[in-house]
Amino acid sequence: MYAFFAIVRRDLRLALRKRSEIINPLLFFVLVITLFPLGVGAKPVLLQAIAPGIIWVSALLAAMLSLDSLFRSDFDDGALEQLVLSPQPLSVLVLGKVLAHWLVTGLPLVMIAPLLAILLGLSAKTISILLITLLLGTPVLSLIGAIGVALTVGLRRGGMILSLLVLPLYVPVLIFAANAVEMAQLGLPVMAQVNMLAAILMLACVLAPWPTAAALKMSMS
Amino acid sequence: MNSLSPLLQGFGLACIRDDRSLFSELSFLLGSGEVLLLEGENGSGKTSLLRILCGFREPDAGQVSWCGAAISSSEYRANMAFVGHLDGVKKELTVLENLRVAVALGQANGCSLDEALARVTLAGYQDVLISALSAGQKRRLSLARLLVTAKCLWILDEPFTSLDKQGIQLTEQLMSEHCAQGGMIVLTSHHPIQLTNVAVQRISLSPCL
Repeated sequence: MYAFFAIVRRDLRLALRKRSEIINPLLFFVLVITLFPLGVGAKPVLLQAIAPGIIWVSALLAAMLSLDSLFRSDFDDGALEQLVLSPQPLSVLVLGKVLAHWLVTGLPLVMIAPLLAILLGLSAKTISILLITLLLGTPVLSLIGAIGVALTVGLRRGGMILSLLVLPLYVPVLIFAANAVEMAQLGLPVMAQVNMLAAILMLACVLAPWPTAAALKMSMS
Repeated sequence: MNSLSPLLQGFGLACIRDDRSLFSELSFLLGSGEVLLLEGENGSGKTSLLRILCGFREPDAGQVSWCGAAISSSEYRANMAFVGHLDGVKKELTVLENLRVAVALGQANGCSLDEALARVTLAGYQDVLISALSAGQKRRLSLARLLVTAKCLWILDEPFTSLDKQGIQLTEQLMSEHCAQGGMIVLTSHHPIQLTNVAVQRISLSPCL
């Protein structure tokens, strides 16, 4: 447990010293969403209708954009070798890295999302549902993405393969989350979708670190 | 004590890379207080052998065992430390922060971080970012990492690279002390090593054609 927190602390500290890694996905998220009203034109009803999809697709792409930094620098400077050789279970250390990664890339997205939702004309109640789906959904994106990054970190040009590997696995999260926000807009109950997202998050928390750890060990050889 | 003393054993090891056999039928037995020196030209498979001993690679034949058990166990990893070509330190962190992470990942052995830094003549560098250190100083830091964790087996890949004369002497001295305390070391080096009162086994790897 001590090692888990040591890794989280180390990665948070690293992120604070290399701020571009936090800013990049966030900037991308904000830019894409603010460009939509310009592209679609001054049609508030239409914007409102497609807002859940816009916000979630942007969040998903922003998460993808930030994935590569999860293990890349550790792989390049040999810190990953030391993690793999540590007597602590690698899956726990991986979970620590993913948590830190979500705290610096996922959480800022969640925090700025209400502002962007207002921009797209969502109501207060819908925004609260949007926040819940983002809080439950973005950690899943980091957890599932970690498996893909671990598999491709040993390849020099893994970016393309990474998207192909990871995007299909993101689809369930996208469907349930965007649907929940849409239903909330119509005033319909959303518990089913939210429960589903929570279940996916639980499953990902428990199941994703193992394949990630195994893939990292493979990338080492 | 003798029956429990640590033992690293390789039996019938072989490594094949890109259809080239680097070595085969390689066996060794390394006991407490001993040093295993791997020699050979560039590309003769020294680093590959080290990576097999670390468990990064599976040998293409044979097996490595630690006290009779396979090396995939976490007990082996609790007892071994690896210093490779890559330093494994984060250049955005300070010297002390890096050592703390190393201790958290391994097991502290009672040697304080400041003591270890003083040992490798990095005293006063505690709060310096790694990116401001020279290559040799980074090497010394990886030695300090060995000192603060309680590891019995050191696996060192070219530990003398980019060290100055004093650094090399210091490394040799630390290695002798480690062996005197019952530790064991596997290393590769192109530099002739001088260790006092230590049994050095040598394995010469030559590219087989």
